[in-house]
Amino acid sequence: MSVLEIVILLPVLAALAVLFGAPARAASVGATLVNLIIVLALSWQYAAKGSTGLAFTHAREILANPAMSFSVGADGVSLILALLTAIVMFAAVWQIQDRPAIFYVASLLIGGGALGAFLTTDVFFIYAFHELALIPTFLMIALHGHAEPIERKKVAWKATIYLGIGSLVLLAGLVWLVVEFSEGPHLTFDLTALRKVAVNSPLPIEKQGAIFFVLLLGFGTLVSLFPFHSWAAPAYATAPTPVAMLHAGVLKKFGLYGLLRIALPLLPQGANVPWVQNALLLMLLGNILVMGLVTIRASRLDETLANSSVMHMGYIFLALAAGSEIALKGAVLLMFAHGVSIALLFALTGKMRNQLGTLEYSKLGGLASHAPAFTVLFAFGAFASIGLPGLSNFAGEVMVFAGSFTGFKGVLTNLHWTVIFALWGVVMSAVYMLRAYRSIFHGSATTGLFMSDPVLPQRLPLILMAATLLLTGCCPWLLLNLLKGALAAG
Amino acid sequence: MSVFTLEASLALLGLVLLLLEAFRPEISRRTLGYTAMAGTALALVLLPACGTQLPAFMQPWHQIDTLALFYKGFALVITLLVLWLTLECAPYLTRFTLDGKLGEMFSLPLIVCAGMMWMASARDLVTVFISLELVTITFYVLVAFARKSALSLEAGVKYLILGALSTGVLVYGIAWVYGATGSMNFDAIGKALADPATSKATALFGAALILVGLGFKVAAAPFHMWVPDVYQGAPTPVTTFLSVGSKAAGFVVLTRALEAFVAKGSLIASEVQGVLLIGGSLTVLLGSLPAMFQNSVKRLLAYSSISHAGYLLLALACGSGGRFDIGSSGIVAFYLATYLPMTVLGFLALGLMRVNGQGEDLSDFQGLAKRSPILALIITIAFASLAGLPLTAGFIGKMFVFLSLVDQGCWGALSCAVIAAAAGFYYYFRIILSMYTTNGVEKAPLTVSPLARVVATALAGIILILGVYPRPLEKVLTPPPSGVVEK
Repeated sequence: MSVLEIVILLPVLAALAVLFGAPARAASVGATLVNLIIVLALSWQYAAKGSTGLAFTHAREILANPAMSFSVGADGVSLILALLTAIVMFAAVWQIQDRPAIFYVASLLIGGGALGAFLTTDVFFIYAFHELALIPTFLMIALHGHAEPIERKKVAWKATIYLGIGSLVLLAGLVWLVVEFSEGPHLTFDLTALRKVAVNSPLPIEKQGAIFFVLLLGFGTLVSLFPFHSWAAPAYATAPTPVAMLHAGVLKKFGLYGLLRIALPLLPQGANVPWVQNALLLMLLGNILVMGLVTIRASRLDETLANSSVMHMGYIFLALAAGSEIALKGAVLLMFAHGVSIALLFALTGKMRNQLGTLEYSKLGGLASHAPAFTVLFAFGAFASIGLPGLSNFAGEVMVFAGSFTGFKGVLTNLHWTVIFALWGVVMSAVYMLRAYRSIFHGSATTGLFMSDPVLPQRLPLILMAATLLLTGCCPWLLLNLLKGALAAG
Repeated sequence: MSVFTLEASLALLGLVLLLLEAFRPEISRRTLGYTAMAGTALALVLLPACGTQLPAFMQPWHQIDTLALFYKGFALVITLLVLWLTLECAPYLTRFTLDGKLGEMFSLPLIVCAGMMWMASARDLVTVFISLELVTITFYVLVAFARKSALSLEAGVKYLILGALSTGVLVYGIAWVYGATGSMNFDAIGKALADPATSKATALFGAALILVGLGFKVAAAPFHMWVPDVYQGAPTPVTTFLSVGSKAAGFVVLTRALEAFVAKGSLIASEVQGVLLIGGSLTVLLGSLPAMFQNSVKRLLAYSSISHAGYLLLALACGSGGRFDIGSSGIVAFYLATYLPMTVLGFLALGLMRVNGQGEDLSDFQGLAKRSPILALIITIAFASLAGLPLTAGFIGKMFVFLSLVDQGCWGALSCAVIAAAAGFYYYFRIILSMYTTNGVEKAPLTVSPLARVVATALAGIILILGVYPRPLEKVLTPPPSGVVEK
């Protein structure tokens, strides 16, 4: 039994144990804490050895033809995302208060599914684990969402239909890849084997572009790529707090991870085919500019956060469109940073909703005076989200923008123009986040709403996330050390 | 002892139980049920130990290959489960029988089982016909067994009329094929069809009639109309038997017949495959799309069973030239093996609801998660697998079918299958969602017998294990390499 298998199975087993009557909180917090420690140790080991490529590999054959195996393995990208999952899952489970056991089960399953998707190297399992994580998301929104039953069922079905169709398109793209890159009479789903074929005998460029586009639509829908994004904002605004944290923070990164891990290495020229690149640039500008304006218009905190989370995905797509090594490394960093910061913000929002019963800006104000600790924690999340230097997102965004604006020879290409427009997203982030911050925490609470700081044990997971943002913001090399050579091929 | 003695003994046991039931009323029906189960279980245990040798006179019309052995085991397993399900549902079922007893419900399934096992070995059309009739005629009785229920009687009449009609068509087709090829034996038919001197039109007409007749049995569109009514009316254990056993029986015959019709160089291969593709595409759609609008879970399962028949037809349509070791007949067998546990679980849930005084509508499933969390979880696994969710057995089965279609470049059929699968997600998840919703109505916990818990958990376990580790089943279904002669 390899160590990565333990990492993947631990949350799933804990979820089963809780389902069969184990003490929910103890089992969940224990399992996620152990997981966090193991993943930290693995990342440390990987960085200390200066490894590149896949490590900790292990495979078990489950089907001979088509060849499928439960094969695990991690490179820097997977480790960073596994780390993100472990941190957010721990925090999400910890911050649950007075909720039925199903909240723990769902959080563990979503987290376990995400870990499975990030740490396996067989296309079938990568896909399957992501689906596993989607079901509890859907059920939790439909059953325990913050809305009237009819309303939240509608939201859940909308998300399900979008994600379901996205997954189908994705499956079609993956099967296409498998059929194209399988050597000999046998089909194989093993990513390493597929990569080998892709390096030795790459496809014609036009075909690469076509497959890349199918994968982009499939993965893109899962990441709320404009214009397939409209499921995301209502789903996050409605989802119960731990589910919103895990989906917006972690699970949504699956689509980006898939593009980085599967699409780019197998189809290295795919994103450079002009029509694919132009389409991608248009869509990501939609994410950044359209969703930026939508976010500015939001009148409730959960709406702002949900829409901003859609908007920020645009930066990462920009890095994918550019494809330079610096931009891609920045994208991985930004995925991590965005995951932690949005999870922190959703956790805080959940606490506000529980205490105040409203998230309307017009009804809030002056919370800083009675909940100082809460305010500081929120500031960490909000400022990270804006991209303040010293916090994690800044490093990622700088690398993405700098890495994307390359090869300038006096003429601005479409990519350069996109970078210039995308930069305005930073301004828009500042506008809506600062506005949210001001209207919630500053001024005077005219309506008499009162909120107290969370007690110390409840603060711990929040502090953990804020500290992560600060640490990786000041020392981004901690994460970048894991990425040596990982994305050079892209 | 050779395998064929098993089915003979089972049929004999069925007859003995039938006589005991008629002439020795002091023997309790439960005892008869347990005897039947014990006999089936014993046969299942003995199956792998039995030899495959055949006396010379049987060889022209009987064969015992990998596929036959697999389907024999399949028939035994489903019969055992149906017998058990009958006992489980007895408190409810007996309200609808004439004498308040279950009499022949325990002996007739054994005869069906013997028929299905015989059919699995069929090597010529006469054997097929006889064993198919043995199965079908017994089913006429079983479907109408709940005689005080008008629905059951209606189902019985519908099944009888349409079943008899399809039998007529089948026999007519057999006659035409015999006329065209001069033989009843599958191998000989295959050879004759490869001979350009054979009349193509005659053979095609015969093959088409046979496909129509078998289409009725496996509920392929457009001959699927009887399914929802019959499934809804028949007693739940019988519905299970129809949905799994009868379907598997139909498909084993189809597999054998197709091996002859589309054998290498066959004159009618492309026509038969075209018909199968069109029929399969229609079946998946006509099964899946109406299922979205059903409120009775039993009818929903009936439509879902139609659409699963469609996937199986599509797998058969891909022919044996695929790139998978298990071949298209193996894919069908694999799919049926995954279909068994999930369908039985679905119907088990319905049976348990009935025993607990509930109906079979979607609204009756509301709040099931509160009333019996474990059962709700198990049913969730079953329906997720029926929908074809990854990490369940249902996904692997569907994957084989879809990959074969990709492999053969059947894009039209593939898109129909994808649409049907997407619709499937909707209607199966409607049931799942309903189980976890409570509209404030508190109902008493469900009483589930300990044995039912064990069986249900085991079936759910099989679904999950096959979903993540299908290799053992693949191994069983991979025919030995053709170069090696079996001794």
